[in-house]
Amino acid sequence: MGRKRAQSPPRQAAPTEDEGAGSSSQQPVEPPKEPTPPVRVIYCDVCSFPLEYCEFGSSFTRCKESLKESNEELYNKYYSDEALQSKIGTLSLEAQKKLEKDAAKKEAKAEAKADAALKKKLASQVTIKRIERTKRKHVTAIHGLEAFSIDLKKAAKQLAGRFATGASVTKNAQGLDEIVVQGDVSDEILEILEKGEGVLKGVPIDNVQVVEDKKKKTEG
Amino acid sequence: MFKKFVPSTDIAGHTPVKTSVQRQIRANVLSQWKIEPETLEAIWPKKEGLVHVKCREHVSIYTVNSEPIFFQHFDGPFYPTLRLLHKYPYILPKVQVDRGAIRFLLAGAHMMCPGLTSAGGYLPPAEEAIPAERMVAIHAEGKEHAVGVGITKLSTEDMKKINKGVGVETATYLGDDLWAIQTL
Repeated sequence: MGRKRAQSPPRQAAPTEDEGAGSSSQQPVEPPKEPTPPVRVIYCDVCSFPLEYCEFGSSFTRCKESLKESNEELYNKYYSDEALQSKIGTLSLEAQKKLEKDAAKKEAKAEAKADAALKKKLASQVTIKRIERTKRKHVTAIHGLEAFSIDLKKAAKQLAGRFATGASVTKNAQGLDEIVVQGDVSDEILEILEKGEGVLKGVPIDNVQVVEDKKKKTEG
Repeated sequence: MFKKFVPSTDIAGHTPVKTSVQRQIRANVLSQWKIEPETLEAIWPKKEGLVHVKCREHVSIYTVNSEPIFFQHFDGPFYPTLRLLHKYPYILPKVQVDRGAIRFLLAGAHMMCPGLTSAGGYLPPAEEAIPAERMVAIHAEGKEHAVGVGITKLSTEDMKKINKGVGVETATYLGDDLWAIQTL
């Protein structure tokens, strides 16, 4: 690298001595080509499709409403009467009707699905379990956080930082992921979940239960 | 390819790509897409390492800054992701399907010849015919932006002649699971 740099200054100096013809022949060697800027495509906030494809998505009515609120101009571009007329294009009226019917059906289906998912989410439980290790030592296992779309790895990291202890994501006996934190921190975790600190938010506190898992007393 | 794709189970691992291999990929991409080196540099700066995300069934996704930019099946061509194609629509030759075919395309179907040859469809004229096994951007009647990326199974001239069966095989389309992944 160093050598190359040392060589370049005399080369640059050369054309200036020649002047005129020399410098003009130099210019095409390094064309100031700019990268072509990307086309900016506006995506729908609701279904993430480009706006013109909302009608094929599963949430057309919602897409339409949200666009109308956020950007009247674009709304008119896509959903005014003229636009709707020209959109039909080469398709026969029958086919168009069928398409609309299908779209409505699809939408209803997607809605039902979303409802079911929401219900499931509301019903799912988070358990904070205190597990006894030896004598006065405990670990705390938190199970069921993934239902509330919490990244378990990030949550474990946050808890580890918070309590200055080890925290990891492990599979439990049922093969489900859970966070295991060293030490008895069940009350603190409950508090964190209540406040929704960091990534641990969106968990309704009524769905959280604290249980204690005692080791069988074998030695006196 | 990405109709059913669950990142948590279908991804085998992330590995940074060696510089020598990156050079090779860059040359390949430049030859396969109609793109200037400067623009590619803007999409994928030399300084930013490419990350290879290995997935099941020999699919590889390549990401820059954890954003997928193109993917590959076996040693096949490098398909740009749809989001990239939306930004740089001219990098692939264009074919168009009629309005009736859109909903099938959005369900992941391959594109049949009649949908491409009918009034709403578009195939390049004979002088610019696309041979078989080439990447194309699939556009839709009355729409501005591409709706899918595919590979021709017949040359465009054959599509017009035979007018039956699969014309363009869909690799990725709007609303598939690759579309849903914005960062890896």
